[in-house]
Amino acid sequence: MAFAPADMIQPLAGGALIGLSAGLLRLGTGQIAGISGIVRRAIRGPERGWQLAFLAGVLAAGAMAAWRSGEQLAVGLERASLPMLVAAGLLVGLGTGLGNGCTSGHGICGLARLSKRSLLAVPTFMAAAALMVFVRRWGGWL
Amino acid sequence: MKGWIALVAGLLFGLGLALSGMTSPDKVIGFLDVTGPWDPSLAFVMGGALLVAAPLYFYTSRRGEALCGDSLGAPPSQTIDGKLIGGAALFGLGWGLGGLCPGPALVDLLVRPLPVGVFLLAMIAGLLLSRRD
Repeated sequence: MAFAPADMIQPLAGGALIGLSAGLLRLGTGQIAGISGIVRRAIRGPERGWQLAFLAGVLAAGAMAAWRSGEQLAVGLERASLPMLVAAGLLVGLGTGLGNGCTSGHGICGLARLSKRSLLAVPTFMAAAALMVFVRRWGGWL
Repeated sequence: MKGWIALVAGLLFGLGLALSGMTSPDKVIGFLDVTGPWDPSLAFVMGGALLVAAPLYFYTSRRGEALCGDSLGAPPSQTIDGKLIGGAALFGLGWGLGGLCPGPALVDLLVRPLPVGVFLLAMIAGLLLSRRD
């Protein structure tokens, strides 16, 4: 296991900011901070306004983070092949569309309100993701 | 008002993701690699998020409506079906393949526009193909 207690500070602080964001959006506007749903609505409507504002905020944060950390932000992406990214993107899009949520919508908002669907969806996508990584390790492709 | 709250929420969300490590595919794969040199640190992202989000969600429910006066929408659906489980499984396979989920991909877009742009276009295609609404 590659882990030291100090390694949990950034994930915990980052997580707290994400939780604050989701809670603020819920308390302020009544809306759910699920990224896949927000992207879908921003493209397809019928209501687009707050979704586009939220996505603008995420992209602005990405610009700040890119300016501060550069390529450190996305370590691993430099080795990703385009066909693999197409396959991964299609699976993520189809899966979050069918299952109605991703890591944020089910993993944070759904669990925060104890949705039975999210309590089932989260272990399902975690297990499938770990299985994919296991198969990749076993196949020598990690 | 609603737009400004959403903009600030988006900013906090993106900064949180960038700080958390979720934007690095290597870090994500390390977290999912439970039979390899497992790196459990990303579990604290969900933990930290829930510690803050759950009380705010609870308070909002007690309040009955949002600060801007909007309704909180329908209570969460309780339907457990094949679409939910199959969709979650497909999403997990894609997450384990690319090491990217939707939020972190948006944050990474400006660092590596080409690979992330390709991922996002494929994701949007999948999202729009998977349902009519």
